[in-house]
Amino acid sequence: MKEVKIKIKNLSVYFNYIQALNDVSLEIFENKVTCLIGPSGCGKTSLLRSLNRMNDMIYGFRMKGEVLIDDIDIYDKDIDVVNLRRLVGMVFQQSNLFPKSIYDNLIFAPKILGVKDKSELEEIAEKVCTQTSIWDEVKDRLNESALNLSAGQQQRLCIARALTVNPDILLMDEPSSSLDPVSTSKIEDLLFDLKRNYTILIVTHNMQQAARVSDYTAYLYLGQLVEYDKTTKIFTNPANKQTEDFLTGRFG
Amino acid sequence: MTKKYHSFYAKKRTFKSTLVEKAVKYFFFLNGMISVLFLVLIFLFLFREAFSAISNIGINEFFKNVEWYPTSEDSRYSIIPLILGTLLTAIPATIISSFLGIILGIYLSEIASGRTREIIKPFIEIFAGLPTVVIGFLILAVGSTFFQELFNAGTRLNALLAAFGLSIILIPTISSLTEDALRAVPNNLRMASYALGISKFAMIKNVVIPAAISGVSAGIILGFGRAIGETMIVLMASGNAAELTLNLLHSVRTITATIAGELGEVAIGSPHYYSLFFIGTFLLIITFIINLISELIIERMRKKLKKMN
Repeated sequence: MKEVKIKIKNLSVYFNYIQALNDVSLEIFENKVTCLIGPSGCGKTSLLRSLNRMNDMIYGFRMKGEVLIDDIDIYDKDIDVVNLRRLVGMVFQQSNLFPKSIYDNLIFAPKILGVKDKSELEEIAEKVCTQTSIWDEVKDRLNESALNLSAGQQQRLCIARALTVNPDILLMDEPSSSLDPVSTSKIEDLLFDLKRNYTILIVTHNMQQAARVSDYTAYLYLGQLVEYDKTTKIFTNPANKQTEDFLTGRFG
Repeated sequence: MTKKYHSFYAKKRTFKSTLVEKAVKYFFFLNGMISVLFLVLIFLFLFREAFSAISNIGINEFFKNVEWYPTSEDSRYSIIPLILGTLLTAIPATIISSFLGIILGIYLSEIASGRTREIIKPFIEIFAGLPTVVIGFLILAVGSTFFQELFNAGTRLNALLAAFGLSIILIPTISSLTEDALRAVPNNLRMASYALGISKFAMIKNVVIPAAISGVSAGIILGFGRAIGETMIVLMASGNAAELTLNLLHSVRTITATIAGELGEVAIGSPHYYSLFFIGTFLLIITFIINLISELIIERMRKKLKKMN
């Protein structure tokens, strides 16, 4: 039985006079990986960032429509944005670890959010690292600077760090676009493990990756949702001619 | 057509055009060298006169006693009350202005909207360009009685009053260096913190300030250097009594105020004259070291932040 986690209803997003999303409606299912694909500038990232309200910080942002997470309108004026972002974690295209030690990166958020007990913090660090299967690589060097890790390890540590605040949903904005194939496949393996506990949305430019990791795929073009269906359906038998052209490389 | 291009490229440089080019180059080079030359000359002159002070009066005289009585019959040339006076004005001034300047810098870099910043920044720049005599006048005319009553001070003009005056000119220095340091912190670190559900103020405290702390401290050190070297405000507001005291509410006399107040009336070639050069050179060396330290810190922070991007 699949359940709807996020309901996006007639969402339009504007930055000043530029419309980034035009009347997008879709439902994201719980504990599934949903991929957003489409050519550059089609609104994938805007869509992703409207789910944890990171767009709010961009000057000139306006939106119409509704985004419901667990049937709660996250753009309601009573919503605490800071709290929302704990529920909806995000991993960025470029790893953005703090210039601190690996351990300090992991306990950064829990510590600020009030976890004071040292053993509890250590527990959190170990738990998220095990979840992201990076524990064996970092357990002996927790006090080293996080920036000494390889690019792939840094990105996986970013994912681990995102899990430290116990989110329900993970947003990933091209998490492996700057990584080598081995690191990429490690992150993809990770997604299979993580989707048991989290609802994952991922933006990617890599069609093979989309086909490999996702359960559902949404194809966006010029701010509009062209097609949204099961990944197997979209990649084998797309309903829309435009989607087919994009996937086969005739366009985009 | 081809021929024309050919003749254009093949045109030989004449002796005259080469000469003009060289002349222009050396003209600009000399202009650049003049500032270096002046600086070297100033240093040489100061060191020569300071050296005369050491050979005439002896370096012990400057640090042995605790009195500055250059014009009495039994003249004493101790630099110690002057150093104390300088520190008693410069340190409180640095503390006050660091507090306000850092808050202002954080506000400008992290909190103020673009438009607010554009309104506030010119005012701060005007503040930085305000003639120090104007600030000295204001603090003398308006501030002195107020602060005397507030702190119940024995004298109207004292170290604390001078420190308040100094802090006015230090705030722009410290706030703009703080702002620069905070702005140099890569934006993706802020985004990382936001995405973890950390509030803006916790983000500033735990991400931005730790990453920029060395730049902020360089600003404080630079402000301290400026406080030591500032003359007019302390001359007007400190009371100018070369007292050996640690009480902020007493009158003090700084190194700079001593030079400014006495050099105009001293007999050239007298021990007093040389001693003023000695304390001036002492001040120059101290401020030079302070500026060097803060430059080094800023440079190191830039490199570190560049690596992060």
